Amino acid sequence: MIGPHLPILQVALPLIAAPVCVLLRFGNLAWLLALLVSWVSFAIAIALLSQTMHGGTIDYFLGDWAPPWGIAYRIDAANAFVLLIVSGISAVVLPYARRSVADEIPAGQRSLFYTCFLLCLSGLLGVTITGDAFNLFVFLEISSLSTYILVAMGAGRDRRALTSAYTYLVMGTLGATFYVIGLGLIYMMTGTLNMADIAARLQELGGNRTVHVAYAFIVVGIGLKLAMFPLHTWLPNAYTFAPSAVTAFLASTATKVAVYVLLRFLLTIFGPTFPLEAQTLTYIFLPLALIAMFAGSTVAIFQINLKRMLAYSSIAQIGYMLLGISFGNLTGVTATVIHLFNHALMKGALFMALGCVILRLERASIESVRGLGQAMPWTMAAFVAGGLSLIGVPLTAGFISKWYLVSGALEAGWWPVAILIVASSLLAVIYIWRVVEVAYFSPAPEGRPPVTEAPLGMLLPVWVLVAANVYFGINADLTVDIAEEAALALLGGGS
Amino acid sequence: MEFILGHYNYWVVIFLMMAGLYVVVARGNLVKKIVGLNIFQVSVFLLYISMGKVAGGTAPILVDEPVVYSNPLPHVLILTAIVVGVATTALGLALVVRIRESYGTIEEDEIQVANAADDLLEENRP
Repeated sequence: MIGPHLPILQVALPLIAAPVCVLLRFGNLAWLLALLVSWVSFAIAIALLSQTMHGGTIDYFLGDWAPPWGIAYRIDAANAFVLLIVSGISAVVLPYARRSVADEIPAGQRSLFYTCFLLCLSGLLGVTITGDAFNLFVFLEISSLSTYILVAMGAGRDRRALTSAYTYLVMGTLGATFYVIGLGLIYMMTGTLNMADIAARLQELGGNRTVHVAYAFIVVGIGLKLAMFPLHTWLPNAYTFAPSAVTAFLASTATKVAVYVLLRFLLTIFGPTFPLEAQTLTYIFLPLALIAMFAGSTVAIFQINLKRMLAYSSIAQIGYMLLGISFGNLTGVTATVIHLFNHALMKGALFMALGCVILRLERASIESVRGLGQAMPWTMAAFVAGGLSLIGVPLTAGFISKWYLVSGALEAGWWPVAILIVASSLLAVIYIWRVVEVAYFSPAPEGRPPVTEAPLGMLLPVWVLVAANVYFGINADLTVDIAEEAALALLGGGS
Repeated sequence: MEFILGHYNYWVVIFLMMAGLYVVVARGNLVKKIVGLNIFQVSVFLLYISMGKVAGGTAPILVDEPVVYSNPLPHVLILTAIVVGVATTALGLALVVRIRESYGTIEEDEIQVANAADDLLEENRP
């Protein structure tokens, strides 16, 4: 009986549970509810993905109103996979969050924290699942507004969280408004908000000044949301000063969902035959992606605060995702989708490991991890494993991403780009090695009170992600199958 | 002339959009930035509302004789967008209040100085 309603339950469950969290008042009860809801969401996402594999799509009409009148959810392999990433990361981060949040957030705000967390989860899932372009904006704002609050909750520790949240709010709102402007222009030309209908009518229209302007507004608007290279300035501070659990969740999901939206618009809605698309990919996306890969990694090398280091590394990783899109071939899109998943695993593990360090030492700087290899062996081992995956060492998930990116570059005939991908990975070796060096090969500073290992409740989720990094590095069949299916769905979505 | 007068709603929209964006970028006062963001959003509301208007059309109310009516959909969309705008403004202003409490100022350049001092303090901590 519930089966056909899974798509709406995926979004509505966290949305309904969020206000209940406020009523529960006590942090632990709210946490328990959030945990249950997010595990159920994960189960629903798995069920949806298994239904959409092998080319199946699910259409769900809200309130049984058929598309031009009502909002339709349309799920294919691509967004089912992103739903799995978002709900899966939330299912891993929440068990970890209990201890971390108890440490970083004042008692009175904890139930509100879980409320915002669930709202953010619901918004991100909604953005991914919807087949209606305006509905996408509404969910985007639900997730963004709750994200600003989550980032600002780091203020208990560091007042700079407030200014980061403020900058993020201004930039995020500009991005969302740009998207709405573009959407308005598209609505003017096509008279519909349903993504499949827009795609069909844009095909008939071909090139048109209004549609070109709409294209520009939408790409820039989503570019702001996903921290595409010159529009990334909000990201490092927001990730640095947000509470640890929030950083782990956002870094693995928020930008991924924005990349998915970009893929959906570029490949399905405007379509590869759209007149401006080939030029945008080759002359804008490719150079910006390459600059992001090198600039992000280079800046990361010089960071003292390790959270900020990983944030800059995220900008470089987003560069890899855009690079995959810019190849304009199926392998490139597959590489992007694979990297969406793998980057969520590796950055989740890395940021959560830093969260363990922050729990014990109050901060995660290159100085504070000195000699920590002996004091917190499990945490630092998880950090190293995540770092290896970030670099793209064989037998880790990162290697699979890099492999497909390089094959995509070669398939497009751009062998210099393939060399640059490998070269930029070497920069990642440098910034991960810096941490390894001080953590394992230098003694603990004199006079530091003895440090104990992080509690099991936090280590276990970190190691779940580390294990996933290794598992999906050795047995890549599952990710690659789904990603190929997703890339096909994205490219063939208009039909 | 026809081009300018015939599209006057778009000129209003573009003027408000650019004015709002300019205020967001150029003003250092955090409250003024929020005001600029509001003006920017209002320009989009106007874009949508004027888009749905049909010349000589009435409100879309069901009556016996057939009438020309304006497209209600963009108007409904903008009701949603207004709610989003109000929520964003409220949250932005709430953040400004908290920033004022912890920094004692809402001027961007003074906050940057304070943040730079915080950064330096963090770097030099043993």
